[in-house]
Amino acid sequence: MAKIHVSTTVNGEPQEFLCDAEQSMLDVLRGPLGLTGSKEGCGSGDCGACTITVNGRIVCSCLMLAAEAEGQKIGTIEGMADGETLHPLQQKFLEHAALQCGICTPGVLMAAKALLERNPDPSEHDVRFWLAGNLCRCTGYDKIIRAVMETAADMRGAAR
Amino acid sequence: MTDVQYVAPRTLDEAVKAFAAASGAAKILAGGTDLLVQMRAGILKPGLIVDIKKIAEMTAVEELKDGGFRIGAAVAGAVLRDHARLKKAWPGVVEATNLIGSTQVQGRATAGGNLCNGSPAGDSVPAMVAAGAIVTIQGPKGRRDLPVEKVPAGPGRLNLTPGEIVVCFTLPARPKGSSDAYLRMIPRTEMDIAVVGCGVSLTMDKGTVTAARVGLGAVAPTVLLVEEAGKALVGSKVGAGGLDDAALAKAAAACSAACRPIDDKRGTIAYRTKVAGVLLKRTAAIAAERAGRN
Ligand SMILES: Cc1cc2nc3c(=O)[nH]c(=O)nc-3n(C[C@H](O)[C@H](O)[C@H](O)COP(=O)(O)OP(=O)(O)OC[C@H]3O[C@@H](n4cnc5c(N)ncnc54)[C@H](O)[C@@H]3O)c2cc1C
Ligand code: FES
Ligand code: FES
Repeated sequence: MAKIHVSTTVNGEPQEFLCDAEQSMLDVLRGPLGLTGSKEGCGSGDCGACTITVNGRIVCSCLMLAAEAEGQKIGTIEGMADGETLHPLQQKFLEHAALQCGICTPGVLMAAKALLERNPDPSEHDVRFWLAGNLCRCTGYDKIIRAVMETAADMRGAAR
Repeated sequence: MTDVQYVAPRTLDEAVKAFAAASGAAKILAGGTDLLVQMRAGILKPGLIVDIKKIAEMTAVEELKDGGFRIGAAVAGAVLRDHARLKKAWPGVVEATNLIGSTQVQGRATAGGNLCNGSPAGDSVPAMVAAGAIVTIQGPKGRRDLPVEKVPAGPGRLNLTPGEIVVCFTLPARPKGSSDAYLRMIPRTEMDIAVVGCGVSLTMDKGTVTAARVGLGAVAPTVLLVEEAGKALVGSKVGAGGLDDAALAKAAAACSAACRPIDDKRGTIAYRTKVAGVLLKRTAAIAAERAGRN
């Protein structure tokens, strides 16, 4: 069976790859593209460890076919820092130790970034609700939520 | 390693042709949040996947001249959530669709997929039934329209003929004093499958309910239109305390009477039957309160 040729954009760079029809976006990211920041926790849409953006909206890359990336703009955790400069969320997660094993972290960061882009001033309820699809078995969530709330406050301050 | 094929046609005609030509071996792909889970679990192994998200007609939300809305079958929940005018006219349809899964799932999951997956517990379906949505279907023999409640045939089964694709949902124009609501009962507060789901849409004129429709989910092999419950609400007065208690009690009884549920780990038959009535009262109260402001 012939492979499918896909032309897409990953973190702002044009990217081409070959894939099988039923191969997931997550498999192609972690395999041929060597972008292993996105994690596979469940493979069934429940945990959010594989969160990426497609045209700016967060999705589970385990529940997306790689072939669907044709012509779309894909964003992964590898595109979050600006060179050596961490995104404010990444910096705050380090300061707050908002991670332990770190498996959930790339997905949490991708989701939190998308939230702050839509809503710079979320309530705690907004944050918890938005991140409900990101499971973490280590932190108990509290440090994650506080890190997101504080980053939002810092970014609002910086924007003034 | 694979003999699965993937196509992403640009037009509905091409999609129907490809889908029909592969007969039973093909599967439509909308958001994939059911399909890919089922493929991963080995429940399904389609020979051909027809991705419908490149078809303009199926990915658009359109406000019609008469004030109704046409929602493409492949529009993701997140897009509905961002559509301010749709949300104002049909808050119940939007809140029901937005209950499907997490933010990430919302980025993909569609009302078309929710209906066509055929689960009796699909959250958007009772709200669409209450709304009186008309489903447009296209197949090798052309186009036809069906009321949404006529589409499911049983768990995982639809009244579609081979090669037919759901194109869009049409929601009717809203008279003044109309609104809708959807509530579901689940054991936890988020991310779970409904034990009962209830959609109510109603219209009020000078403090009296003039039209009402009720959709019930997860209490029978298919989502139900409970006509008796709608009838019980029509004619009732809406006072300071909300809808009239006697009318609500009668509508709730009609909902419980319509239930033919299963016993499972999420809820017993007795529990689901009782909760159907309770949810009807709560959902109708929200719809009436919203309608009073429109
Ligand atoms: C983590 C998670 C949580 C979930 N939570 C909920 C929930 O709370 N409530 C709920 O109701 N569901 C839930 N679901 C199930 C699923 O997300 C919904 O049923 C969703 O609406 C399916 O839409 P989709 O576009 O992803 O469908 P797809 O997976 O693309 O399609 C579903 C089925 O319908 C067929 N199909 C799709 N579109 C068409 C069409 N236009 N014409 C003909 N056939 C078509 C497909 O071939 C497939 O068989 C959840 C799923 C996940 C992974
Ligand atoms: S791996 Fe995709 S949601 Fe868990
Ligand atoms: S830090 Fe281990 S799962 Fe979240």
